[in-house]
Amino acid sequence: MTTTDAPKAAPPPTGKRRIGDVAFAGLARGSGILILLILAGVAAFLIVQAWPSLAANTANFLTTTEWDPNVREEPAFGVAALAFGTVLAAAIALLLATPVAIGIALFIVFYSPRRLSSLLGYLVDLLAAIPSVVYGLWGIGFLAPQLVPVYEAMTRYLGWIPLFAGPASTSARTILTAGVVLAVMILPIITAMSRDVFRQTPQGHREAALAMGATRWEMIRLAVLPFGRSGVIGGSMLGLGRALGETMAVAMILSPSLVLSWNLLQSGNQTIAAHIALQYPEATGYGVSALIAAGLVLFAITLVVNMGARYVVARGNKES
Amino acid sequence: MSTTTTQPPAPGPGPGPTRSDLRHGSLPNRFPAALLASCAAVVAGVLLAFGAFGFLLWGLLTAVSYAVIVVTASARVEGGRKATDRLVTALVYGCFVLAMLPLASVLWTVVGNGLARFDGYFLTVSMNGVLPSMDAGGAYHAVVGTLAITGMATLISVPIGVMTAVYLVEYAQGRMKRTIMFFVDVMTGIPSIVAGLFVVALWIMLFGPGRTNGAAGAIALAVLMVPVVVRSSEEMLRLVPQDLREASYALGVPKWRTITKVVLPTSAAGLTTGIMLAIARVIGETAPLILTAGTSAVSINWNLFDGQMMSLPVFIYSQVRMGGAVNYERAWAAALTLILVVMLLFFLARMIGRLFAPKAS
Repeated sequence: MTTTDAPKAAPPPTGKRRIGDVAFAGLARGSGILILLILAGVAAFLIVQAWPSLAANTANFLTTTEWDPNVREEPAFGVAALAFGTVLAAAIALLLATPVAIGIALFIVFYSPRRLSSLLGYLVDLLAAIPSVVYGLWGIGFLAPQLVPVYEAMTRYLGWIPLFAGPASTSARTILTAGVVLAVMILPIITAMSRDVFRQTPQGHREAALAMGATRWEMIRLAVLPFGRSGVIGGSMLGLGRALGETMAVAMILSPSLVLSWNLLQSGNQTIAAHIALQYPEATGYGVSALIAAGLVLFAITLVVNMGARYVVARGNKES
Repeated sequence: MSTTTTQPPAPGPGPGPTRSDLRHGSLPNRFPAALLASCAAVVAGVLLAFGAFGFLLWGLLTAVSYAVIVVTASARVEGGRKATDRLVTALVYGCFVLAMLPLASVLWTVVGNGLARFDGYFLTVSMNGVLPSMDAGGAYHAVVGTLAITGMATLISVPIGVMTAVYLVEYAQGRMKRTIMFFVDVMTGIPSIVAGLFVVALWIMLFGPGRTNGAAGAIALAVLMVPVVVRSSEEMLRLVPQDLREASYALGVPKWRTITKVVLPTSAAGLTTGIMLAIARVIGETAPLILTAGTSAVSINWNLFDGQMMSLPVFIYSQVRMGGAVNYERAWAAALTLILVVMLLFFLARMIGRLFAPKAS
């Protein structure tokens, strides 16, 4: 047991460094710095290209709901309706997906047969492998027609709630349908994060709860959920970030229009990302610049949400 | 001492009989499965009798009736706490089934609708000279575009991503390391459309407005792909045992030779898996390509630097926007192609990871 201090596993300092080492280290370091530069470049180029339209805008960019930048002079446009639609769709998706994702994570970790658990987790991951444009096609070609009678029933029986006021859209291409599809798309990421953190629940806590005579649900409520809270919150925020930025599924499902409305069952709302994809091919005048400005807003929102999520997860890891 | 009392049987491992069982009864082990089967049968019978059978309705009613009966039965026989437990168990199973519904539904509709047009003709013919409403044409130009754009994106992002991972694992320390790791994580969350807008902005500054070509699309995809490659490569490099590195240093091998000759080959299988999963992730990206590679290309174009370039996801989108019945058929067939490609990448990645993985220590 004559433990000497293990020398650090660094290359021997033999005077001058080898040229290969210097070059390789420089290359590796350069790649890392390049990534930071790309991220900075995304922000910088967007700001530079958004500036002309923002400077020429005759309306207040943040509070206006209309979108009329495709002119050479005096454009008037704003992101209020778009930002509202984006947040609304993402909120619906988060509300629908989080409870289900927690349920799936609990199922995979604690309920499913041990031997099947990795296979079942893999099935859930497959949901993330399906491209968003296919979700869009599925949403417009299959899901929306199925939802038309459901929405009609909802307006009939729940119409007194302002959110579900009628008349329901006859094509079901509404913000609620988009939210449902988004919920499916963000299920895997929330599930994956929750699953990881549930797995890390200390064996001792779980067995202590069971030894006290707790049922499986009581064990989960007392030992697992408090421990996994930060992971679940972080995972949900990552899912929120993804739902905010999701483009194709929303662009294909929502009918192209632009109104700020609380009615989930009527068409009209639009999200930033979908709006950019729909408008870009027809943009003239200040159009492209204005769309870049809208993209900048989306970038800022998702950046804040994602940084918050990483912060929550990192803090949770430190506490445990 | 020989008056041994009859001992109660020792409780087995797991959820065996507990003290509360002595006062309350407990439902037999087979009860939930049997109840579920009988619920399904009864509901199916009732629905058929009323002529209102639908799979969703059937599943929903079965689940509800099962939950109600099992909770009441458990509450009567086993007591309130056990009943709550049974209810949660039913809910948790329900959540999983609920998540599998869209997966099955998406795959089912894509296969069902896509097979009609999915054949050799569709995969080997472009849309050049084909009017949108004609019953002809295929997605060959889109397949070509997807291969070219994704290939270039891979060529750009793999060196940057793997080298960054090498830097993070082998060289970086302290604040720089934490900064890069944090921003790589943040970069994973960049919306794909923002990556597209970034390239649009870059292209306007470099070449003037209105230029679309495949290279722009490839750069946009590379922006999305780099963080994924970094994260997966980093994990794989961390799995390489420290002993291997130290053995190499002990032989006097320089650090950079150690990395290229020992660390990278050891983790090659893992790196390949990660890269393939990253490809699978970006190959279905649509939004950035709409902005950068254009939506109107109809002919075969292998040149990344000249003119618009179609790709499978954009093909699906543009066909849907045209809106006719034939267009939808083409979109479904293209969706089937795309899903097959993604699944193939997914399974190959898993296979490589499983077959060639070094034995974990």
